[in-house]
Amino acid sequence: MTSIFSQIFTVIMMNIRSLPRRLWMSFAATLAISVVVAVLLSFLSMSNGFKKTLEGAGSDKTAIITRSGSKSELNSVLSKDVINIITTAPGIVKNADGNPIYSAELYVIVDGIKRTTNTKANLPLRGIAAVGIDLRSNFEIVEGRMFEPGRNEIIVGTAILREFSGFDLGTTVKFGKSEWTVVGIFSTGGSAFESELWADARTLQSQFRRGNSFQTIRVLLEEPGNIEGMLEAVKQDPRLILDVQTEIDYFKEQGEALSGMVNLGWILSIVMSLGALAGALNTMYTSVADREREIATLRAIGFSNISAFFGTLAESLILSLIGGVIGTLAAYIFMDGLTTSTLGGNFTQVAFSFHMSADLFKSGLILALAIGLIGGFFPALRAARLPVVLAFRGGA
Amino acid sequence: MTDKILYDLRGVSKEFVKGKEKITIFDNLNMSIKEGEFLAIMGPSGSGKTTLLNLLGGVDKPTSGEIWFNDSRVDNLSESQLAKWRAGNIGFIFQFYNLMPMLNAERNVELPLLLTNLSSKQRKQSVATAMELVGLSDRAKHMTSEMSGGQQQRVAIARAIVSDPKLILCDEPTGDLDRKTADEILSMLQLLNRDFGKTILMVTHDPSAATYAKRTLHLDKGEFVEKELTT
Ligand SMILES: Nc1ncnc2c1ncn2[C@@H]1O[C@H](COP(=O)(O)OP(=O)(O)O)[C@@H](O)[C@H]1O
Ligand SMILES: [Mg+2]
Repeated sequence: MTSIFSQIFTVIMMNIRSLPRRLWMSFAATLAISVVVAVLLSFLSMSNGFKKTLEGAGSDKTAIITRSGSKSELNSVLSKDVINIITTAPGIVKNADGNPIYSAELYVIVDGIKRTTNTKANLPLRGIAAVGIDLRSNFEIVEGRMFEPGRNEIIVGTAILREFSGFDLGTTVKFGKSEWTVVGIFSTGGSAFESELWADARTLQSQFRRGNSFQTIRVLLEEPGNIEGMLEAVKQDPRLILDVQTEIDYFKEQGEALSGMVNLGWILSIVMSLGALAGALNTMYTSVADREREIATLRAIGFSNISAFFGTLAESLILSLIGGVIGTLAAYIFMDGLTTSTLGGNFTQVAFSFHMSADLFKSGLILALAIGLIGGFFPALRAARLPVVLAFRGGA
Repeated sequence: MTDKILYDLRGVSKEFVKGKEKITIFDNLNMSIKEGEFLAIMGPSGSGKTTLLNLLGGVDKPTSGEIWFNDSRVDNLSESQLAKWRAGNIGFIFQFYNLMPMLNAERNVELPLLLTNLSSKQRKQSVATAMELVGLSDRAKHMTSEMSGGQQQRVAIARAIVSDPKLILCDEPTGDLDRKTADEILSMLQLLNRDFGKTILMVTHDPSAATYAKRTLHLDKGEFVEKELTT
C-alpha cells in the first residue's frame, strides 16, 4: 500500500518530465483553457464590480421612500402632502427643533457625451439639499466648491468627469432651456453617487417646472435597518401609496440589473469550454499514445494500472491548472480595475470598475480543473487499460 | 541446475482473433522449465516466441490450459495479482531496452525497487550493486538516451536484476545490437545464470546467441523440437 503512492508519484513525475516531447500540443491545450477562464472572469468581474459600486452607495442608516411600484427613483413622484405625513412616522431621527431629518430629492435625466464612444447617454441630475448631502457617507468636494442654493450651479461626480466629456470645472452646460455652471467636483468613495450630477433641489424644481413635488425622500433612521414604523404608517394610511426600503436593499435590487451578464458569461464560457475540452482530450489521448511503450513497460515491471491512470489524470490536471492560473492572471491584469459605465436601473449610466475577487479566482480555477478532469479522465482510462504486451512490440 | 520444476505448462492453447479470423498460435502445448536453466527459445519470425514469453511472464493469458509457477497456478490470477507476482519474481529484458528516456540510468534501474518497501538508502545500495555488476558504475547519472545500444541494454539488465528476481525473461535481447556487443550482453546473461543462479529464458532467432544457453528449444508451427546442447 505504501508503494502505490510512490508508484503514482513516480509516474506523475515521469509524465511531467516527458512533457517537452508534447510541448506545443500541451501548450495549445493550456492556452485554450486560459482563454476560457479569462472570458468567464471578465464577465464575472464586470457584474461583480457593478454590484459592488451600487451596494457601496447604500447605507442601512438611511431609508429611501418612493411611490409604490415605481421600482426606481426616476419613475417616482411624491407630493408635499405625502412627504409631510410619512415623515411623522416613528423611527426617523429628529433634529434639535424636533423636526424629522429627511432629504426630499428630485431626479431628472440629462444628456452627456460618453468619452469612449462619443455617443449621447443618459445622466442623472439630482436635486438635493444640504441635509441630503449629510445622508451620503464619504461625501467630499475634491475640487471647486459646493453649489449655492437658488443659483444654477451643479457639482459633478468624479465618475462622470472620468467617463463623460464636457463637465470640466467652470464650464457651462445646457440642459433643455436652462444653463448650469459646474462649480465643484465631488466624490463619495467610489459608490454609484459619483455617477450623478447634483444641484440645489429648489432651483431644479423651478427650472424643470416640477412645482412643489419631489421624487424621493431619504430619511435618517433611529435604528439602522429598522423601517417598521414607516411600513406600519403606510399600511394604516390609505393616502400613503409608498415603498419604503433601506438604501442598502434599494441598491441591491438595482445591482441585480447585470446578473444577466453573469449568466451570459457562464453560458459563453461553457460553450467555449467544450472546445477547450476537445483540445484537452485530444492532447491527453496523444500523450497516452506517446507514452504507450513506457506505460506498458512499467506495467510489465509490476507497476499497477492505477498508477497509469492517476499519472495521466495528474498530467491533465496540471496542464489545466496552469491554464487556469494564466487565465486568471490575464483577467486580473487586463480587467481588474478597468472602468466602464453601463445603463443602471434608472435608465441612466452608472460608472463602475471590473472587480476581481478571491471567489472569482476560485470559479475560474474550478472551471479549468473541471476541463482538466474530464479531459484527462477518459485518456487515463485508456492508459490504465493498455495491454502490457505492448512493451514487447517491435519498433524503437 | 537443480531438479526443481519452476514452470509447468499444461495443455496451453493460445488463439488470437483478428477480425473474423481465428489464429491458433499454440494448441495443447506442454513443457516444463527447471530452476537454474538458461533456456533459449528459437524459431522463425511469427512462430509465437514472443507470445510464449508473454504467457510465461504473466502479461498475457492462455486461451485454455494452465500455467504453474513454483507449484502454484498463475494463469488465473487477476491483473493486479499478476502485477505483484511479476514484480516479485521476474525481471524483463526487451529487444529495444524499453528504458525511460526522461530518467537517468540509476533512476531507471531503481524503478522495480519502488514496488518494494525498501528505504531510499537501501534502494541506492541495491542500485549501486546492480550498476556495478553490469559495469556501468561510472555512468549512473547519465541519461540513457545518450548511451550506446549496448550500454542501454546493460542498464536494462541492471533494472531486471536489481530486485533480485529468480527469473529473467529476455525477448531478443541482442536483436538490436552488433555481434561484439551482443556477445558481451550474452556473456553477462551467462554469468547471471552460472554465478548468481538466475533462471533465464531467452527468446531469439539468432543461432549464435542460442549457443550461450544450456538448452535450446525450437519452436515451429506451435510445436517444440528439442535439441540438448552440451555446455
Ligand atoms: N495481439 C495479437 N493479436 C493478433 N495476432 C497476434 C497478436 N500477437 C501476436 N499475434 C500473431 O501471432 C503470431 C506470433 O507472433 P509472435 O509471438 O510475436 O511471434 P515471434 O515473436 O516468434 O516473431 C504472429 O502471426 C502474430 O501476427
Ligand atoms: Mg517476437
